[in-house]
Amino acid sequence: GGLCLHQENEAKSEGRAELIPSIKLRHCCLLRNQRCVTAYLYDRLLRIRALRWEYGSVLPANVRFHMCAEELQWFSQYKKSLASFMRSLGGDEGLDITQDMKPPKSLYIEVRCLKDHGEFEIDDGTVILLKKNSQHFLPRWKCELLIRQGVLEHVVS
Amino acid sequence: MDTQSYFPVPPGVGMEENFLSLDDILLSHERLPIRTECTFPRLGFLEKSSDTQDIPEGTKMELPLWLTKGLYERKRKVVSVELPKVYREGWRTVFSADPNVVDLHKMGPYYYGLGSQMLHFDSPENPEIAQTLLQTFIARFRRTMDSSQNAYNEDTSALVERLDCLEKALFRSGQSGLNGFQSWEKGQASQLTASSLVLNYRKRKITDVQP
Repeated sequence: GGLCLHQENEAKSEGRAELIPSIKLRHCCLLRNQRCVTAYLYDRLLRIRALRWEYGSVLPANVRFHMCAEELQWFSQYKKSLASFMRSLGGDEGLDITQDMKPPKSLYIEVRCLKDHGEFEIDDGTVILLKKNSQHFLPRWKCELLIRQGVLEHVVS
Repeated sequence: MDTQSYFPVPPGVGMEENFLSLDDILLSHERLPIRTECTFPRLGFLEKSSDTQDIPEGTKMELPLWLTKGLYERKRKVVSVELPKVYREGWRTVFSADPNVVDLHKMGPYYYGLGSQMLHFDSPENPEIAQTLLQTFIARFRRTMDSSQNAYNEDTSALVERLDCLEKALFRSGQSGLNGFQSWEKGQASQLTASSLVLNYRKRKITDVQP
C-alpha cells in the first residue's frame, strides 16, 4: 500500500534499492497481521449478529462480558435496524420475523421447565409459576423465546 | 457454532481467496518450498540454517503461501516456487490412474485449495496441474456424495479420514441435509429447541475467566 511505496521510494532515492525486497517482505507481514485481525473481528460480529436471532434482543451477562464497547454498540444498532425493518412489514402492526422460526403446528404447546424462572404472566392475566421440572400447556408465542434461551423445553409427544 | 443464523465467510472459489475467510487464512498458512532469486538484506534471522545477516540469492527455504504470493512477481525474479510433490508429474499420474485410493488428507489437507493457489506462480505445468485437480475432484465427488447421503446416525470417521478439506465440507453439508430430512420425517422439524449458542456460552461462566 501507500506506506510500502513511500519506503521503497526512499530506498531508491537514497541509492539503497537493494533493500526493497526486504521492505516488501516486511510489508507482507504487516498486511497479513491486518488480515488476521480484521477477519477475527468480522467473525465475532457475525456471531454477535447470530445471537440476536438465536437468543433475543437482550444478551446474557456472560456474553456481554466478552464483548468490547464497539461490539455492544454494533449490536444495539443492529437491533434497532431489525426492529424498524420488522415494523415496516405486515401493514400497521409490523411482523416479528424472529418468531415462528420453525413451522408452527398448534397454538398451544406442552413445555417442561428446565430451571426456576419465577412468575410468568400470560395474556389473559393468569400467572404461572415456572418451577424446575413443572410442566405447562401454554401459548406457543409466549414460550418461543424462553425455549430458545434454554429455560423451557418443548415436549413433543 | 452449528446454528442457523451464523454464516461465516466461505472460502474463495478457484484461484481467488476471500480476504475475510478464516478457512482461506488457514489455507494460506501452508508452507511452500521456494528459492530466493535476489538477496534479502538484514533478514538473515529468518533463515535458521545459516548465520548470515542477509538471506543470499539462491537460498532454498520454506515460506508460507501468503508470503510467497506477496513476494512473487511475474516480471521480476524475487522468488521462484517449487511445486510440492503432490502436484508434480509423478503424483499426477497416480491420480489419473485411480483418484479414489489416495489419502488426500495426508497429501493435503488442502489438496484442492493449495493446488488452485499454486497456479499463481506461472509454472509451465499449470495446465496439467489444473486438469488433474479438476479430474480428481470429479472422480472422487460421487463417492463422497453417496456416502454422505447414506451414513445416518453412525460413526463416519472412517469415511472422512481420507478426504481433503473441501471434500470434508461437502460431506458435512450432505450429512446436514440428510439429518434435516430424517428429523422432518420424524416430525421433529417443528419442535422448538434451545439455541446451541446459549448452551455453549453457558458452559463458560464469568467466574472461570476472572483472574
